[in-house]
Amino acid sequence: MIWLSDETVERLRQTSDPPDFDGTRYRLGEEIARGGMGIVYAAEDRELGRQVAVKVLGTGALSDGAVARIIQEARILAGLEHPAIVPVHDAGLLLDGRAFYVMKLVRGARLERHVRELHSLAELLRLFLRICEAVAFANARGVIHRDLKPENVMIGEFGEVLVMDWGVAKVIGETALEPEGFAWRIARGDPTTVDGEVVGTPGYMAPEQMRGEAGSIDARTDVYSLGAMLSFLAGALNRREPIPRPLWAIIGKAMAAEKSERYGGAGELAADIARFLDGERVSAHRESILERGGRLVRKYRTPLAVIFAYLVMRVIVFLWFRQ
Amino acid sequence: MDRDTGIGGSEGRFPQTRRTIVGALQSDDAAERRRAFETLVALYWKPLYKYLRIKWRKSNEDAKDAVQGFFAMLLERDALASYDSDKAAFRTFLRLLFDRWLANEAKAATRIKRGGTVLEVDFESAEVEIRRQGDDSLEQDEYLHREWLRSLFGLAVDRLREELSSEGRELWFRIFESYDLDPPGGERPTYRRLAETHGIPETSVTNHLAAARRRFRQIALDLLRESTATDEELRTEARAIFGVAP
Repeated sequence: MIWLSDETVERLRQTSDPPDFDGTRYRLGEEIARGGMGIVYAAEDRELGRQVAVKVLGTGALSDGAVARIIQEARILAGLEHPAIVPVHDAGLLLDGRAFYVMKLVRGARLERHVRELHSLAELLRLFLRICEAVAFANARGVIHRDLKPENVMIGEFGEVLVMDWGVAKVIGETALEPEGFAWRIARGDPTTVDGEVVGTPGYMAPEQMRGEAGSIDARTDVYSLGAMLSFLAGALNRREPIPRPLWAIIGKAMAAEKSERYGGAGELAADIARFLDGERVSAHRESILERGGRLVRKYRTPLAVIFAYLVMRVIVFLWFRQ
Repeated sequence: MDRDTGIGGSEGRFPQTRRTIVGALQSDDAAERRRAFETLVALYWKPLYKYLRIKWRKSNEDAKDAVQGFFAMLLERDALASYDSDKAAFRTFLRLLFDRWLANEAKAATRIKRGGTVLEVDFESAEVEIRRQGDDSLEQDEYLHREWLRSLFGLAVDRLREELSSEGRELWFRIFESYDLDPPGGERPTYRRLAETHGIPETSVTNHLAAARRRFRQIALDLLRESTATDEELRTEARAIFGVAP
């Protein structure tokens, strides 16, 4: 009898029941990614002749709550039309009860890999700003991602930034999205989390998330995760370029244990980072006179260099005529 | 495309009557009895042997004798007559029976060799696997479950190879083997590479792989069906393994 490794046994458990897309417009392709709740496949939309990505609920997660959650994810994405949020094209239920949705196929690299290709801190921060903008956009519409981490950000082939995996997102102010339409009517269950249930990824979860306080989740919860992401990314870059103190202060403020001490939202965090990039004083850091001088010198180095060159020239001319 | 629709057909129903493993092992029909015993042995000899070697720290000779003796006892005595499906799953019962038998045999250590050779199995292959897997910290129950699942899937893969080969569908198996089983170099090929290797379109790779996976699952479920005592037990096991909602 053939010997199978533990990994193979697990893979066979997971893959031996591929979703059947017969009778739909999609032809299933290769598996792209696998998460706790769903599997993402490349697929071909035969009607439009284009490549798409299809997220299908895994057979190991066929509870009503899981079906409702993937439906909620599709509906959240459909409601968030933003260049940095992957667009949803279609959704439905397969005959075997598995829910799926179809989205744009993003080819590129996950951020935790892409960071190795970044050349400077400024480049990293400009990219990070686009993530913040997408999160701020979602937060403004009452959607909290709750699982922001480098693995959940894709950098496309043309440099586009996409915040992915909204599977555990929470909609503030709604107990549950009411499924409508034929496909959803058979789906039951409440996708929202209750107190005590912990969702997210350790290392990126805010303290209130770790404690399972579903009721106290808000935009500042995502701010914490963004801070943790920035800390990871800055750390990855730190070997090549030292990270200035104001940036560490921004990270510290974003990751404050007390929610009230964090930025009010991803937009505020982005604004502080933009100030840092522009050489302005950041709200998170009280700078010393020396630091202020250094910052101003860096910010105005071109006019200062011109003035300095002018003064040097004047001194040389003065000395020349004195002789 | 093959239409596999879950356990017991598209409605998720099972036949009202079917021969349970216990019934088959006690059947008057010698051929049926032999078939059931072979399935039982194929699924359990290696997990039990490895369980003794790793969790009971038995020597390979003692473990061999114990496994031979246990299956000989199952053949000789009416040990399964006491099985009550209301009390425990068949797999749990078998494990308890094994533990009890071991404890009794340990008290009379000389009797352990009385089993003789009822199994024609390759114990050395189990030793190779033990060396390959190394030691681990799993609890006894978890260890036995994991090894049983490895046996179940290993047997299902062997059967899949035989079936597809007899149907002239070796290509299905080669694609399944390259993509889903342990790849020789450790790297999983892409669909495109498989298509190039076998000179077929990428869509055929998708179709062959999906069909082979479904057949594999069906074979594994058949094996489960052959080795469980009730439909309820089958449902529970299938749900635990494949997450199928019956």
